[in-house]
Amino acid sequence: MNQEFKKETFRDDYTFFNSPESIRRFPFPFWEDKYMYSVNIEPHTKGPAGSVFEFPIDINEHYVSEMQDRAIVLKEDPLRCQALPHMMLAQWDFLELIMTSMARDYPQWFSLKTEGDHWHWINKPLNIDQKFVFGDVSTLPYEPMEYIGRQCQGDFSIQDQRDGQLWIDAGIITTQADWSLDFDVGMNFMEWHGPVPLAHDMKVFDRALKFLLNLQLDQPVRRLNWTMTINPRLDTSPENYNKWGKDRTTVTPENVGDKVHLRVELQALWRLPRSNAILFSIRGYLIKMRELVTVPKWGRRMHRVLKTLPQELIDYKGITRYRDTTLDWLSKYDDGAPTSQGGGAD
Amino acid sequence: MLIEGIKSRPQYPGLVADPHANHHVFAADGDGAQAIIDLFNRHGAQIKGRVTIVYAETDANSADYTTRLKQLPVEFVHALPTIVTAIRRLQGVLNVARMGTRIYAAGTETLIGLAVQLSQELGMDPQAVLTEHRGTLARRVQCVHCKGFTENVKTNIVKCAHCGTNLLVRDHYSKRLAAFQGVCVDAEIPGELPEIVEVFK
Repeated sequence: MNQEFKKETFRDDYTFFNSPESIRRFPFPFWEDKYMYSVNIEPHTKGPAGSVFEFPIDINEHYVSEMQDRAIVLKEDPLRCQALPHMMLAQWDFLELIMTSMARDYPQWFSLKTEGDHWHWINKPLNIDQKFVFGDVSTLPYEPMEYIGRQCQGDFSIQDQRDGQLWIDAGIITTQADWSLDFDVGMNFMEWHGPVPLAHDMKVFDRALKFLLNLQLDQPVRRLNWTMTINPRLDTSPENYNKWGKDRTTVTPENVGDKVHLRVELQALWRLPRSNAILFSIRGYLIKMRELVTVPKWGRRMHRVLKTLPQELIDYKGITRYRDTTLDWLSKYDDGAPTSQGGGAD
Repeated sequence: MLIEGIKSRPQYPGLVADPHANHHVFAADGDGAQAIIDLFNRHGAQIKGRVTIVYAETDANSADYTTRLKQLPVEFVHALPTIVTAIRRLQGVLNVARMGTRIYAAGTETLIGLAVQLSQELGMDPQAVLTEHRGTLARRVQCVHCKGFTENVKTNIVKCAHCGTNLLVRDHYSKRLAAFQGVCVDAEIPGELPEIVEVFK
């Protein structure tokens, strides 16, 4: 992609929108006309040119503005970025993975030169030029996870592996769908998924954990997850729920197209080489209903998925108040025609 | 409201004696004293070496419990007026503890949670703490907004003791914080509260 980075906001006046190109590459998550949990994990391998899967780390037109929004969140609440003391090696692993990926796949924007432990990182879009010693925290302005996390789209958590469990012992989480890093840090896999309905009984987490404990180096995996958000707000944290929660009552038949957003998380998991920890990236994509229905198949399918979604999931995802209004609006875009398998736009 | 089966909530399997420890440190509050007395009645012969008890006298009959604890073969019973002061004393005891120390916690979930949290902060495996629940199910709740703790919560909805937000007490528990999570219940329509009922007795 050769696009310029857009100047836009994800709060206050909410000027965010997707270009037509950005809509076409949106990772629409529904591969059939209904939705239920599954362990929908696949190898995180190279996808078609221009798609969000082309590179392991996807940088798009929203990059600079998303990083500015993250800086605001961290300024207001430093607890959104936390690492337990034993995670320092994993932090460096993470920094290395991100810097090498971004420099390799987007050489027009990022460069990394290394001579032994002496590294030189240049980030042109954010105007950063940093020389540092790999492994020496004192040579960076932040700890490694925060340093590179402020320069890469997506939330990140790092899981330590011990006692046959994964422990969420570090993370930089500023665009989350209603979960608190500050509350969950230090928990194991079953504990931090405690509030998720239905899935425990379906043994989804048992199978997912077993799979992840055996995750291999250089064989990352991915899955898509989704929720819905009112306004293109990145910071839908529980910490600020008392500020954004009331937005859910502002949906009207007139503003559905602009206010209601599908929020898709491209989640990827990497084994880290030195620490044996697992990096979890949660790369969020927002699309307005008005943008979504420009792809006829997606308009039809979104209507059908929302119509048949189990009540527990409607409540868990916080859709309850505006589901019916959104369904009415979407029904205009569902002519009952059959849809093809898979999430692609046809 | 889920009471059983909360995935993030610790299990309290009950006290058993550790025959290999050379120093047994007990933390308890309220009816937790009875759990210690029961343990000595059951397995007293297996409890060898020093015994230290830190007891929070939080109930009406606590003074009587203190007397009975002192009648056990113990080195010392620290009787404190509140959970907070008991945990502070437990920290003092554990700061000078040596290899071979076993920690036991008995009583309310708050007392157990804080004792486990302290053990973890001192570098011990939290699962190595032997625990037994006695007494109230009242919860210690952290406000996700201001991060303040509200103690002894018995109702599904509680006003945060710090910022005043009306909090829904979630069934999500953090061992690190020794607390359940409280989230604003009327964020979407301020002032619209569900019925407030006593659920954690």
